[in-house]
Amino acid sequence: MAFRRSEAPAATDTTNGVPIPVKIVIAGGFAVGKTTFVGSISEITPLTTEAAMTQVAAGIDDTGEATTKTSTTVAMDFGRISLGDDLILYLFGTPGQDRFRFMWDDLVRGAIGAVVLVDTSRLEDCFSAVDYFESNGVPFVVAVNAFHGRLHHSLDAVRSALSIPEDVPVIRTDARDRAATKLALLELVQHALLRASS
Amino acid sequence: MSDDFDGVDRTLRVRPYALTGGRTRSANDLPIETIVKATLRGLSMASQLTLERKRILTMCTVPLSIAEVSAYMHIPLGVARVLVGDMSAEDLLETNQTPVARFGDRPDIKLLERVLDGLQAL
Repeated sequence: MAFRRSEAPAATDTTNGVPIPVKIVIAGGFAVGKTTFVGSISEITPLTTEAAMTQVAAGIDDTGEATTKTSTTVAMDFGRISLGDDLILYLFGTPGQDRFRFMWDDLVRGAIGAVVLVDTSRLEDCFSAVDYFESNGVPFVVAVNAFHGRLHHSLDAVRSALSIPEDVPVIRTDARDRAATKLALLELVQHALLRASS
Repeated sequence: MSDDFDGVDRTLRVRPYALTGGRTRSANDLPIETIVKATLRGLSMASQLTLERKRILTMCTVPLSIAEVSAYMHIPLGVARVLVGDMSAEDLLETNQTPVARFGDRPDIKLLERVLDGLQAL
């Protein structure tokens, strides 16, 4: 790899016997395979939590009136991977649609970055996720989910259709396959490291 | 019948935000991946606590994230955050968050390297 190992002493030791959490966001359109992706590598069956929309979201949601109170909730599936005794990686699968953006600021705060899952037959579903991560400086990789081992478009075609900058990895993955999801996560962490080192 | 592993119906019988007195914020606003664990003080006080707080304490004798507390308790994330935030302010729970680099809000390089090593070793 191009980045150098830091030689500073570990600043990440647990202080009180409670493990350190880290998180990665798995984004993408409806039914693109986010929960499958999380489930293929999580040590627990993916859990679901519900976030309720508050009035903070007023004006962001496109349901109309800026002051309308809504009771929308969005379900988020997540999994966990223990990396040793004192480090736990959480994977949060989150909807990529514009109307769920209200929760992204919260979700990406402190995150390593995001894997944007893409179905090549519905490329447009990931536009808003890519826009969001790009404009907010969140490290991300684009992982094209090859359903039944087939891609409808080449990775280069996907990169150019989504206008993904050269330094952002566009990779192929298979959400059902643990080895493939592991590679996608590794790709993201390496990308985040490169960005943090530069 | 619920889908819980112990066969006990854990569905809430009150409106979720009634548990927080209607508050959507705790004095201690914690990220959803914050890991929490019961303190000795918390365990020693468990018998005096409300049902929900007692359940959180019992659950968190092993370290769990706020997201897991929310999922296992069947309460919205916002409610779990307030409950856990209050309990940690009262020293019933201890917490740990992602250490982030001095500038920005991303994990520092040392931590990213540990994650990379950990993932590679899976």
